[in-house]
Amino acid sequence: MPTLHVDGVEVTVENGATVLQACEEAGAEIPRFCYHERLSIAGNCRMCLVELEKAPKLVASCAMPAGEGMVIHTNTEKVKNGREGAMEFLLINHPLDCPICDQGGECDLQDQSMAYGSGESRYLEQKRAVKEKNMGPLIKTTMTRCIHCTRCVRFATEVAGIDELGALNRGEHTEIVTYLEGALNSELSGNIIDLCPVGALTSKPYAFTARPWELKKTESIDVLDAVGANIRIDSKGQEVMRVLPRLNEDVNEEWLSDRSRFSYDGLKRQRLDTPYVRKDGKLQAVGWTEALDVVAAKLTGTDASKIGAIAGDLACSESMKALKDLMDALDVSNVDCRQDGAKLDASNRASYLFNTTISGIEDADALLIVGANPRLEASLINARIRKRWKKDNFPIALIGEELDLTYKHEYLGAGTDTLSEVAAGKHSFAKTLKAVERPMIIIGQGALTRADGAAILALAKKIADDTGMISEGWNGFNVLHTAAARVAGLDLGLVPGDGGKDVAGMLGAAASGDLEVMYLLGADEIDTSKLEKTFVIYQGSHGEAGAHVADVILPGVTYTEKDALWVNTEGRVQEGNRAVFAPGDAREDWTILRALSEKAGKTLPYDNILQLREKMIEVAPHFAEVDDVIAANWGDFGTAGDVEATAFINPIRDNYMTNVISRASGIMAECSTAFNTASAEETGTNG
Amino acid sequence: MLKDKDRIFTNLYGQHDWRLAGAKKRGVWDGTKKIMALGQDEIIDQVKASGLRGRGGAGFPTGLKWSFMPKESDGRPNYLIVNADESEPGTCKDREIMRFDPHRLLEGCLVAGYAMRAIAAYIYIRGEFVNEAIHLNEAIQEAYADGLIGKNACGSGYDFDIYVHRGAGAYICGEETALIESLEGNKGQPRLKPPFPANVGAWGCPSTVNNVESIAVGPEILRRGADWFAGLGRPNNAGTKLFCISGHVNNPCNVEEEMGIPLKELIEKHAGGVRGGWDNLLAVIPGGSSVPMLPKEICDTVLMDFDSLRDVQSGLGTAAVIVMDKSTDVIAAIERLSHFYKHESCGQCTPCREGTGWMWRVMQRLVSGDAELEEIDMLINMSKRIEGHTICALGDAAAWPIQGLIRHFRPVVEERIKNRKAVKAA
Repeated sequence: MPTLHVDGVEVTVENGATVLQACEEAGAEIPRFCYHERLSIAGNCRMCLVELEKAPKLVASCAMPAGEGMVIHTNTEKVKNGREGAMEFLLINHPLDCPICDQGGECDLQDQSMAYGSGESRYLEQKRAVKEKNMGPLIKTTMTRCIHCTRCVRFATEVAGIDELGALNRGEHTEIVTYLEGALNSELSGNIIDLCPVGALTSKPYAFTARPWELKKTESIDVLDAVGANIRIDSKGQEVMRVLPRLNEDVNEEWLSDRSRFSYDGLKRQRLDTPYVRKDGKLQAVGWTEALDVVAAKLTGTDASKIGAIAGDLACSESMKALKDLMDALDVSNVDCRQDGAKLDASNRASYLFNTTISGIEDADALLIVGANPRLEASLINARIRKRWKKDNFPIALIGEELDLTYKHEYLGAGTDTLSEVAAGKHSFAKTLKAVERPMIIIGQGALTRADGAAILALAKKIADDTGMISEGWNGFNVLHTAAARVAGLDLGLVPGDGGKDVAGMLGAAASGDLEVMYLLGADEIDTSKLEKTFVIYQGSHGEAGAHVADVILPGVTYTEKDALWVNTEGRVQEGNRAVFAPGDAREDWTILRALSEKAGKTLPYDNILQLREKMIEVAPHFAEVDDVIAANWGDFGTAGDVEATAFINPIRDNYMTNVISRASGIMAECSTAFNTASAEETGTNG
Repeated sequence: MLKDKDRIFTNLYGQHDWRLAGAKKRGVWDGTKKIMALGQDEIIDQVKASGLRGRGGAGFPTGLKWSFMPKESDGRPNYLIVNADESEPGTCKDREIMRFDPHRLLEGCLVAGYAMRAIAAYIYIRGEFVNEAIHLNEAIQEAYADGLIGKNACGSGYDFDIYVHRGAGAYICGEETALIESLEGNKGQPRLKPPFPANVGAWGCPSTVNNVESIAVGPEILRRGADWFAGLGRPNNAGTKLFCISGHVNNPCNVEEEMGIPLKELIEKHAGGVRGGWDNLLAVIPGGSSVPMLPKEICDTVLMDFDSLRDVQSGLGTAAVIVMDKSTDVIAAIERLSHFYKHESCGQCTPCREGTGWMWRVMQRLVSGDAELEEIDMLINMSKRIEGHTICALGDAAAWPIQGLIRHFRPVVEERIKNRKAVKAA
C-alpha cells in the first residue's frame, strides 16, 4: 500500500496501482486517450504525462507503478507543456471535420483539446489522409481521424479474443486495419465504437441520425439475451436512436453484445399497433373494447381444461404475473413459460439459476460447459469466462458442439455419453473438478430442452454434488438461459399446475383439437402450425409467427416502451424503464391483462404497477431486492433416469436472429448475411 | 595514441584469419576457463572496476547493468541478448567485429552470459548484415565443435548456447525493448519501462541487452585485469573505443583508440585529416546521426569521451564521427537525418509518430528557405515537445540533430530564409 504525494495531497493506493490511479484518487484530473481500465496499458498517447520528482523526464502516469514516497506534480508548467505538445501532435494530422463527425459532442479529443490544447494551430503542412476500412455492417470507419491509441486492437485481442485487428506499417503511415480487410467477426465488436476516443470508429446504423445533445437518455435493462446487461437507451422524440451499455461491474462491466446494441431498428418494424380480430377468415383492425370483449367471451365460455397460456421469451415479469393470476382466476392450469420445452424445475430456485453469478466466475477454478455456446447465448458471460481464463490457470472443458469459444478448452465429447462418464466420476475432467476448490458447471438449454432434459439435469446435479461444487459460500451449479423472461417466469410459477399441460402437451392437444383456446403472451418460438384449429389470442409487440395464427391480436409493447422488472439468468432482479411510448394503440402488457380480467369478470387485484409488484413480491420475495442476487438454497431437483445417447444441439443457430426484435431488425439481417455466409464470399470465379 | 600492445581488436581490418585457428593465435579463447573460474560475482566486480561503459551509445556502466540480473532464479532462465542491430548512421564498428573477429564476440558472450547466469545468448543481427551473420554462424559452429560453447563450455562445467537471430533491418529494433519484441516475433515496438528487461525481458524472462563491442571487450579486460583497462582513457571514461570516421576526410576508417583522444588528433592521425585541411572543417557529428553536431570552434579542442562531449551539449553516442567540410549544406544534411528518423519511427507513441514527420517537413522548407523566421523557434519548441516525451529514445534522437543545427548554425538558416524571400520579392 504505497503512499504518495500528488500536488501536495497525500494518498495511499493499493499495491499494483498506477500513478494515474493515484492521481485520480487524489482528485487530480489526468487526461488520457489510450489508457482504459479494462485493457492492457499501452502508454502510447503520451497525454497522461506527469512530473515525478527525481525523474529526469516526465513520466507516463498510466504506465508507471505507484511507489512509496513518490512526489507527483500534475499542474506544473512542464506538465502543461507536455500535454499541450501531445495534444498538438495528435491534432496536426487529425481532420477538422467535427461538424460532420458523429463523435462530435462526445469526443475525447474534442473535449480534451478544449481543456488542454493551445487553441491555435502552427501546422502549415499537408494533413495525412488514410483510406477507410471495411469493418462490416456495424462499424463505420473514418481512419483519417484515428489517433492510434490502439484501444480497439487491445479490446479485440484481449476481451473479444479475436486477432483480427492490428496496426499495419510504421511511423506516420501506421494504420489500424482488420488484417484481411474483412468485417470484424466478433459478437462484441460494437464495443470498439464506445472505446474509440475519436470519430474513427463510429456506429454505422446510427450514422448521421442524431447528435448526443439532442438525445433523451433512459437507463434500462437489455432483454435480447438472459444476461440482463445494463443499458442506456438514447431516444429522440418517439424513436430509439441507439442503445449503449451502462456500467455494472456485476453484470456486463461496460460491454454490450452486438445483438443487444444493434437490434433497435427492429423496434420500429413489423409492429402491432392496433388490436385485430379475425372475421371471415381475415384479421381486421378493431377497437380495444371489441377485441377484449371477444377474448373475454372466449375465455369465460370455454372449459378451463381446454384453455392454455404460454409466455414467450421477451415477456416482462409484470405481464407474466398478470397472465398467471388471470389464468388462476379462470382455473386454467395449462400455463407454461418454457416455450423451448426446457425441463426446468420451478420448485427449486437453485436448479434454474446461474448460481455462481457472473462476477463469481472470476473466483472459479475450473469449469465444465454442457450443451451451451456461451459465446452466442450470453456473449458477456463468455467474455467474463475469457477474462477469468486469461488471469491464470483455469481448466475449461466442453461437452456439446465443438466451438471456438475464444479461450482454450478441452473438448470432451458431443453428448450424453460423455456427460454420464463425467457424472460417474470416470472421466479425467471429473478429477480436475474435484481437485480444485471452486469448480463450476454451466448447463445450457441445448442439454435441457430435450425430452430427457430432466434426467440430464439430474446428471448435472450429480456432478455438482460429487465434485464439491456446493460448499459454504460457493455454488458452482449454473443454468445458462437464453431468454430474458425465463427466470422471472419460473419465479412467478408460470409452469403447469395440477393436471396442467406443458408447452409440448398444449401444442399436442391443440393439434388434436383437445385444446380450444390458446393465449400467447409474446410466444413466437413455438410450432405454430399446431395451432391452426385453435382459437389463438396473441398478445405481443411484433407481427410474426404468433400473430399469423392469431384470431385476436392484442398489441403489446417492447422493453423500451415500458417500465418493467427483469430477472436475468443469475436471478438478479433489475428494473427497466420506458424510453419512448408505444406506437399506435399498443398498451403496456400488464394493463391489457388487467383490462381483460375486468371484462372476464375476474378483476385482478391491482390498479397500478406498484400494487402489481407487491403481489409479485408475495409469491417471490426477491422481487423486492432490485439489483441484488439472493442466493438460492440447494435442494433436490431433476429426475434421475435414462438418457438418450445423442449429441447436444445448441439453441442459437443464428446469433442475429434469436427473437422477434432481432428478426425484425434490418441491421441484424445484414449481420446475419455478412457473418453467416462468409464461406460464400465472391472469389471472381464463382460465376 | 593507443599503443599496439593495448589494442583489443587486433583484426579490425581483416588482414588475418577470422576463423577459430586465427582467433586463437590472437589470444581469443585463451584461458577462458580460468576467467570463468573467477566466479560470477568476481567477473561482474572486475568489469565494474574496469570502468567499462556501454558502447552502444548511452554509456551505461556495463558491470552495473550485469549486476541487475537476478542471482537466484525463480524458475525463469536468464538470457543475454547481444544487440548487433547496428543501424545508427555513420556507425560500422560492430560489423567489423562480427566479420573479422567473431570469436571475440562469442567468447564475450560466454563470459558475460556466465557472469549474469544466463543459459543462452541471442545475437540479434540486423538483416542487412548477411556476410556478418554467415561468419558468426560459422564461428558458432567452430566453437561448438571445439567445446568452447554448448555443454560444459570450455570445460568450465557451465552449459551455454549461442543463437544468431537475423532482424529485418529496422532502426528501431536497435532499441533494447523493441529488439526483444522483434526477437519474440512481434512487431518491433519499444516496450514501456518499467519493468526493465532485467526483470521482464525476452519471453518474460530476465534479460540483459548489450552492444556487440561491450560484450566483445569483456574477456580481454578480465585477461589483462581491470586496472589495465581503467588505466586507459580518462577518469569515468576508461578504456579503448572503436571510432568510425566517415565523411569529408581523406581516409575514412575505423580505428581503435583511447577514450578521451582529442577529436582533432583522431581525425588528423587516423583519417588523414579533413579534406582540404583542418581549416576547411565546417562541423562534426561526433557520435552517430542522433547526437547534435559541433562547429569547428568546438572541434578544435574537444576530447572524445562521454563526459567531454556531454559538456559541449553533444554526446559520444556510438563514436561514429561524421565529418563535414565547408562544401556541406548543413541544413540539407540535417534534413536528410530528419527524413531518416521520420522513416524509422515505429509509430507507437504520439510525439514521435506525428512529430518526426512534421519536423522533416519544416526542415525541407528550411533547406529551400521557404519559411518564416519564426518557424525556427517553432521548430526548436516542437523538438523540445518530442524530446523526453516519448516511450523510447528515438524521439530524442530525432530532436537532437535539429537542435544542434539551430544552436550552432542559426545564422545560416536565417540567411537562407532571407535570401529566398528576396528572390521571391524580385
